[in-house]
Amino acid sequence: MTALLDVRNLVTTFPGGAGTGLRAVDDVSFQLARGEVLGLVGESGSGKSVTGFSIMGLVDWPGKIAEGQIIFDGSDLAKASVETRRSLRGRRIAMVFQDPMMTLNPVLRVGTQMTEALHAHEKIGKAEARARARDALGLVGMPSPEERLDAYPHQLSGGMRQRVAIAIAFLHRPDLIVADEPTTALDVTIQAQIISEFQKLTEDSGTAVIWITHDLAIVSGLADRIAVMYGGRIVEAGGIAEVLERPRHPYTRGLIQSVPSENSRGTRLTQIPGVTPSLINMPEGCAFRTRCARATAACVQRPGRFGDEDSYHRCFHPHEEALR
Amino acid sequence: MITSLIRRAIQAGFVIFAMTLIVFIGVNVIGNPVDILINPDLNQAERLRVVESLGLDRPLWQQYLSFLHGLAQGDFGDSFVYSKPALDVIVERLPATLELALCAMLIAIVVGLPLGLYAGLYPNRVSSKIIMTGSILGFSLPTFWVGLMFILLFAVQLGWLPSNGRGETELLFGARWSFLTADGLAHLFLPALNLALFKTSLILRLTRAGVQEVVMQDYVKFARAKGLRENRIIFVHILKNLMIPVVTIIGLEFGSLIAFSVVTESIFGWPGMGKLIIDSINLLDRPVIVAYLMMMVVLFVSLNFIIDICYTLLDPRVRLDGKG
Ligand SMILES: Nc1ncnc2c1ncn2[C@@H]1O[C@H](COP(=O)(O)OP(=O)(O)OP(=O)(O)O)[C@@H](O)[C@H]1O
Ligand code: SF4
Ligand SMILES: [Mg+2]
Repeated sequence: MTALLDVRNLVTTFPGGAGTGLRAVDDVSFQLARGEVLGLVGESGSGKSVTGFSIMGLVDWPGKIAEGQIIFDGSDLAKASVETRRSLRGRRIAMVFQDPMMTLNPVLRVGTQMTEALHAHEKIGKAEARARARDALGLVGMPSPEERLDAYPHQLSGGMRQRVAIAIAFLHRPDLIVADEPTTALDVTIQAQIISEFQKLTEDSGTAVIWITHDLAIVSGLADRIAVMYGGRIVEAGGIAEVLERPRHPYTRGLIQSVPSENSRGTRLTQIPGVTPSLINMPEGCAFRTRCARATAACVQRPGRFGDEDSYHRCFHPHEEALR
Repeated sequence: MITSLIRRAIQAGFVIFAMTLIVFIGVNVIGNPVDILINPDLNQAERLRVVESLGLDRPLWQQYLSFLHGLAQGDFGDSFVYSKPALDVIVERLPATLELALCAMLIAIVVGLPLGLYAGLYPNRVSSKIIMTGSILGFSLPTFWVGLMFILLFAVQLGWLPSNGRGETELLFGARWSFLTADGLAHLFLPALNLALFKTSLILRLTRAGVQEVVMQDYVKFARAKGLRENRIIFVHILKNLMIPVVTIIGLEFGSLIAFSVVTESIFGWPGMGKLIIDSINLLDRPVIVAYLMMMVVLFVSLNFIIDICYTLLDPRVRLDGKG
């Protein structure tokens, strides 16, 4: 089976530091099959969003994709022309952002922001575009969609705005959606609603998803596979059940143990000591070694990938035992 | 929106009333018009008669009341110098100043807005840096000096353009305008350019700052994620948001263009209100000064009013009766 998306040794840098710049995304590789959901997890600043933007071709200047390939449906996006990338964006690869309060343009009507996304990729009339926008709003559970088309974003709640953004992302039934923490900014009840609607939509349309989050609980219910990022690198990747049950990398383990759960009731939640180092003073070798209890002299070397493409970790002294 | 407009109108009324008081008192404290207007060779009886005929013998509060009374009828009293209604004296000069200011504003917008947009979108191009350096010159070179240089270069050295007066004028709406004849336009060009210089730099820098703020916003990135073409992003998503601060500044600066066209009008012998007010201040022609000041107050208040309306049209968030 050929993958829908095959990211190989992706490096995305921002100018700064010494040498080749700050590596916000450092040697990241993963694959995604059609319809598959990948949870991309990690602390703030670990490079999740930059990974997503690299795939979208939306890395903020002066950042750039410095190395690696992003092979989407057989062709390398890292080398594609500006126009090719534009024509893929929104049509075959869509994105939903974190903060629904900021993602819609405040001075344009909801309908305009939806139909323009249609007109950008298809030659269709105004009436048809409007009808499709209305139907798309209906699909994401927006009440009275016809009237909402004439509303301005400020007239909608955060949850409603995120529904609009999701409806826009699904307008062209894309092959891949990058969902960058789409529910982090919402109330818990609305979070659950939106996640389940999102799930239904992706299942119906066979869309693959990269779901970016720092919330392991969301990922465990949603994703087929998981990739854990730390300091710009994927430190552990694998099937969701496998990784959550038997995390090998000390960082993954720390993350899981810091989440409250049924079994951990009554016991003290463990926390990973220390803070994420900034890109400028990322330690040599294993980036996690300044916070790792298992670190040894060997960890000054950079750990490679141990395991196969689908399931691997980057640690010299991995845990072998299952969690509890 | 209707209620807010009415509230605004009442506020404006108060402002104008307060200004009548300030203007009247302010003008009556400076100098004694009698000393300037009345021939020192006249004897005491004749002096008194003139003072009486001008109403200068009555107590200030009486003068103020009759001033208010006259004002309500558009009567500011007769000019001491021209011996005709002060308002007429000013209104005669209004078209000259108005067309000069409008022309200057037009130049400032047509030049400043696109250049600012360009410099904001592509801040790292050499051309943008040249534009910004140029705008610093526009800011810091004194208007009178630039005006003199214009005359020296274009009128004296090259002999391309006239440098004094309004040239031929044409009648329209009961007033005479230079911009309707070729000769008038030639006369208008240099002073308008001179007056526009500072405002161009202002609009340019403001536009650039606005663009740089707007392009950072998530909604611009989201627009890109939808696969919109660059033109649509710049001219709809960015420009529409940009217009909110820019229109405010254009409105306010237009008032100041009229109020402070003094220097340019003096240099280019442009017979507008600016030149009139300078002459009137020198001669302590009180009714003209007062009428001019009141006119400026009304002008600024009305401009603010218009800006408010534009605001509500441009920004749906302040539209109070927005449906949806
Ligand atoms: N425009 C930019 N300019 C410079 N550095 C950037 C830029 N965007 C991201 N970075 C850097 O790249 C690193 C990764 O950032 P990224 O936004 O991908 O983190 P994240 O994992 O998405 O975190 P969060 O959970 O806070 O969203 C950070 O150290 C950040 O400082
Ligand atoms: S490589 Fe060493 S420092 Fe890094 S996680 Fe493994 S044990 Fe810890
Ligand atoms: Mg992020």
